[in-house]
Amino acid sequence: MTVAIVGAAESDLGVTGKSILTLQAQGITRALADAGLSLSDVDGLATAGLSRFSTAQLAEYLGLEPSWSDSTFAGGSAFEMYVARAVQAIEAGQCSTVVISYGSNQRSARSRSLGGVQEAHIPQAQFEDPYAPLFPLSYYAMAAQRYLHSYGGGREWLAEVAVAAREWALLNPKAFRHEAGPLTVEEVLAAKPVSSPLTVADCCLVTDGGGAIVLTSLERARDLPKPPVVVLGYGESTTNASMTAVDDLLRPGSFASGQTAFRMSGLNPSDVDVLEVYDSFTITVLLTLEGLGFCKPGEAGELAASGRIRPGGDLPLNTSGGGLSYNHPGMFGLLLLIEAVRQVRGECGERQVPDAEIALAHGTGGIFSTHATVLLGADR
Amino acid sequence: MSEPEIPVDEVTAPWWEATRERRLTVQRCRACGRHQHYPRALCTGCGGTDLDFADVSGVGVVDAFTIVHRAPRPGPEVPYVVARVRLAEGPVLLTNLVGADPGSWRCDAPVRVSWRPLPDGRHLPVFAPADKD
Repeated sequence: MTVAIVGAAESDLGVTGKSILTLQAQGITRALADAGLSLSDVDGLATAGLSRFSTAQLAEYLGLEPSWSDSTFAGGSAFEMYVARAVQAIEAGQCSTVVISYGSNQRSARSRSLGGVQEAHIPQAQFEDPYAPLFPLSYYAMAAQRYLHSYGGGREWLAEVAVAAREWALLNPKAFRHEAGPLTVEEVLAAKPVSSPLTVADCCLVTDGGGAIVLTSLERARDLPKPPVVVLGYGESTTNASMTAVDDLLRPGSFASGQTAFRMSGLNPSDVDVLEVYDSFTITVLLTLEGLGFCKPGEAGELAASGRIRPGGDLPLNTSGGGLSYNHPGMFGLLLLIEAVRQVRGECGERQVPDAEIALAHGTGGIFSTHATVLLGADR
Repeated sequence: MSEPEIPVDEVTAPWWEATRERRLTVQRCRACGRHQHYPRALCTGCGGTDLDFADVSGVGVVDAFTIVHRAPRPGPEVPYVVARVRLAEGPVLLTNLVGADPGSWRCDAPVRVSWRPLPDGRHLPVFAPADKD
């Protein structure tokens, strides 16, 4: 593939008291500075979650008239999907420099609701909302319940994911839980239940945050200040909107998206040095590890418990601290990509995975609704 | 639980009408025989548009469940159980499990339909242990 990520940066994170557009502008200006490029170089723009006309709103705010834009709304997986679309647009010559950005002030604005956003005209309004599930939490909770039942595990399997995320966050000064101290399995098990078997400690943070990445041709990338991070492959799968459409809760769309991305790149899971996997909830990680082929179905609980995903393990996962302990601004997909880029560049300080050359970022949106995998690598 | 008024449309109206008589139905494709839920304007199996509604047995198994401890809106009394129930005829429904202690439920438990009256005369299908009336 001939497209690379050349810039990556976060906006302010945590509790910012800033507007969404200010956070967007922060991420974009910082990512362009990181890339050694300026706003006038940008002719492609992708973002979501800003407004009904997200890219038009953002382009205008930036003073741009892009020749390519994408505001596909696919929850936390949208940003991995944008990478695929941006590669295609740059290779097709529709644009040359793409910014993918996101910003949310959901913690400062207190805009998050346990029931999610409901629309009266969709079938779920008739056939699901009357039963008062938490959205998206109750769906992931049901998947977790089925997982533990089918594979004979305990809630410890889930808790291990949160424990590992906290260990990584202790190494990341920007993590929301950086100063919180270690988390134990016992603490996760004793945390307040919300939608069983998941407790508050199995759920991602609610924070402000955002950022941006910049993509351009690999040829041009080689003349820019930072080492290019090449897009090696991508895949996606869109599977459901309601809580009943998927027949088997234990076979989410990551099985298909991962296979497509690995096939395109010619890589195997064993080639991946560092994994950035959407961790909306602890169960999301277990099922995604299985979907992407890092272990067989039913084995991810033991894998997490083995310590392999913690700092020092051979399967370093969510090295920023993840949505569970670093930052979760409503949609985490872009921050997964930013951390993957930094790991491949070797910029991660204390939490750097030694000699990381191949990184995988996997976004999940909605209720295991949308799945998108991106494989990134150093320019070798 | 007090519920907000549940919407209905031209495709789902017969399904909701049957609940007035406490009859559980699922949509059936007259071309390929597939059962599907929720009702749609086409069959997801063959794309056919000639569909009707068939009464079903009202028995099934719990595919998965969750005990909800914080309600998403005023009304529902916590804790309550949200579940996916797989009907004997195949389709999966979202529902509430009732008639047993929330902590006693297990995946794969056999269940039978029960009915929660709605203020407008319709009923909402919920599920109870199969060995209870």
